[in-house]
Formats: sequence, C-alpha cells, structure tokens
Amino acid sequence: MTLTHYLVLAAILFAIGATTVLLRRNAIIVFMGVELMLNSTNLLLVTFARMHGDLTGQVLAFFVMVVAAAEVVVGLGIIVSIFRTRRSASVDDVNLLKS
Amino acid sequence: MTGAFAAVHAALPTVATAVPTALAETGRTSTAEAVLFWVLAPVMVLAALGLLFARKAVHAALAVVVVMISLAFLYVAQEAPFLGVVQVVVYTGAVMMLFLFVLMLVGVDRSDSLVETIRGQRWIGVLAGAGLGVVLAGVVGRATYPAAQGLVEANADSNPIGIARLVFGEHVLALEVVGCLLVVAALGALVLTHRRRLAPRIGQRELAERRVREGANLAPLPAPGVYARHNAMDVPALDPDGRPLEHSVPRVLRVRGQEADAREYAARIDRVLAGGWANGAGSFTSATGDGPPLGARALARDAAGKDDDRPEDAPGGADAPDEPSAASADAHTADGDELRDEEVRR
Repeated sequence: MTLTHYLVLAAILFAIGATTVLLRRNAIIVFMGVELMLNSTNLLLVTFARMHGDLTGQVLAFFVMVVAAAEVVVGLGIIVSIFRTRRSASVDDVNLLKS
Repeated sequence: MTGAFAAVHAALPTVATAVPTALAETGRTSTAEAVLFWVLAPVMVLAALGLLFARKAVHAALAVVVVMISLAFLYVAQEAPFLGVVQVVVYTGAVMMLFLFVLMLVGVDRSDSLVETIRGQRWIGVLAGAGLGVVLAGVVGRATYPAAQGLVEANADSNPIGIARLVFGEHVLALEVVGCLLVVAALGALVLTHRRRLAPRIGQRELAERRVREGANLAPLPAPGVYARHNAMDVPALDPDGRPLEHSVPRVLRVRGQEADAREYAARIDRVLAGGWANGAGSFTSATGDGPPLGARALARDAAGKDDDRPEDAPGGADAPDEPSAASADAHTADGDELRDEEVRR
C-alpha cells in the first residue's frame, strides 16, 4: 500500500460530500456534506505533509479545522434563525430572492 | 504517571523510526498501517454513503461521526498524532455535537422533502458527483509523486512540538488572524440567534400593579377543599356564605371537566344550614367514617358512563342530591338517622 491510497480515499470522500451538498435538501445535512469535504481535504493535507516530510501540511490542516469550527458556528446560527422565522430547515424554502 | 509518560516518550521515537524508514526506503507503508487502512477505508466510505442516503438527519450525523473518528485513526497512523487528537476533540467532540444539538432544536423527525424544485436535479447531481469522484480519483491516483519521505526528521522532537514551532514561528500571524476569526464567529452566532423582545417584559412587579389597577382579587386564589367537607383537589372551596368557589379548583381539572359538581356541594351545605346538623350530627370534625375516596367514586362514575350519575357506592342509597330522598331515607329504617349523620360527616 502506498500513500496514493490515502489520496484516492480523500478524493472519494470529497466526491461523496459534494454529492451530498448537491442532492440533499435539509440544510443541516448539506452542512454536514461541507464538513465531510473539509475533512477529506485535511486527510489530503496530512498525507502530503507525510509525503514531503514537511509539517506545514499538518499546520494547514490545523488551520482548516479552526476555520471549519468558526464556519459551523456561524452556519448553524444562520440555520437556526432561518428556522425560527420560516419554520423550515429545507434549503428550497429560502427563495425570497427568486424573481 | 510521569514515569509512564517518560517510558512512552522513550518508546515513541523507536516506533517512529521503525515505520517511516520503511516508507522512505520502499515508498510503501508498513503492513500494520495497510491493514488499518483497508479496515477503515471501507467503513469510512460506507459511513459517508450513509450521510448521503440516510433518511433521518440524526443517522446522517452519526455516520459523519464515524467518518471523523476513523479519520482521527488515520491521522495518528500518518504520524500526525496531534491532529488526530484535535480531530477527535474539535470535530467529533464539538462540531458534531453542535450539529446534533441544532438537530434537536430544529426538530428531529423533519425529514427531507422529496419534491424537486429544479427538474432533473437529482440525476444531474448524481452525475456531477460521480463525475467529480471519477475525475478526482483518476487524477490523484495516476499522478506521479515524489518519493515519500516520512516525517521522522520533522517529528524528531515529537509531533506537537514540531507543529508548535511552525504555528508560533512562521505562521504566527495566521494564528492571530484565526483567533480573531473565532471571536468574531462567536459574536456572530450570538447576534444571529439573538431574539429581539417585541413586547415589554412582564415580570412579577408589572403583574402585581396590573392586578391592583384592575381591582382584581389581590390575595392568592383559595385552595380547593377549604371549608368544604372534602380535602380533595377537585372539590371547590366554600366561601363564608357556603357558596362554592369555582376558581379554587385548579384550572387543569376544570378544563378536563374533572372537578366535582359544585352544585352538589352547594346543595349539601344548604341542607346542612337548613338544620341538618341541628339534629344530632355534631361530629363535623370527625375524620372517621369517611366515604370511599374520591378516586374510587370517579372510577365508579366512569364505569357508569354518565357524568351526572350519582355514585352507587355511597353508604345507603339516600345520598341523592335532591332533598326529598333524604326524607325517604328517614322513613326507611331505624338507621336512617345514622345514614344522615354519615352523610353530613362526609
């Protein structure tokens, strides 16, 4: 087994996360798809750090984690406030800007 | 404790050197790591598919938790123990629990709508996702990479120290900016979920002032059963004139229609005031000789199926609401008087 296996696994996870974002309508599940994509990117970064013998990749993955945490906080806050006003967590119902 | 820690510390470099040299020399990972990967990778892919296909949002969240914990294992296997720990603490511990919390807040049983707002979106989405997966996996899998070097040198002083040198050295500005970002995000979440109060707050003081202004009853509501002959919740209290006070029965019982009939008690008190207790029923305070408990009476009433049905289990059938039957009870036998006593006592 080589390090390329990790990269392929990360690619598969990323694709599944992207498909989740495209297909699901529950805003929270869409958000989890985004998280999955961020995680697969982290796996990629860690693998590349190991491949190049340089810890910078891990540092970058660390920063990605921090930013993802901040993003989750704000995103879930938005979802909760939308749910409060519209009683729905579906991304299809947020269409006030449509026509 | 310290000794064990030191032992682990001493053992770590040997393990670390044993594994990555093989990686640096042959470009292949150790067998143990391969086994770990081939066990975890299918689990991760299946769990990710669970996120994609789960009907309930909670199941999707648990699937993502599985993916993230497996990722932590892979990080540790990939010589990034610090990131592995952070992954468990931050992602599975904080982020996913936040997700579950919001799921509970928004409503668990709210499943996805299956109505397509954009026609054919599902197939386009599946195609795009599969295409992305194929392209990414193809490119990533077929590209040529430099020979794997491993992190032996970089992790010489243990992985967290190596990362700390970079974070607080080269990337210290990024760290500061990220700290600001976290503070701003926390404030943003506070502002986003803050609810503005539309009406002025009504506290105890405002309630009391309103009561005085409206001339309502200032004292607390009378407790049920006070001055009545039962001390039960469903029996209205009697005011000094002997009239039942409807509002002394708890509102829940009144809404459910489980309160005892006030008129019945009013009729009784009328009967008592009309002289029922002048002829010998002096034992008002006696607690003995009570009739069957009210719960049993309610059961009997339910069994009878009619609300206005008098309970049949009263001692002696003379316990009718209308006065004439009392007279008939008098005429009944010699113990008619005793029956009346009994009735008065209850």
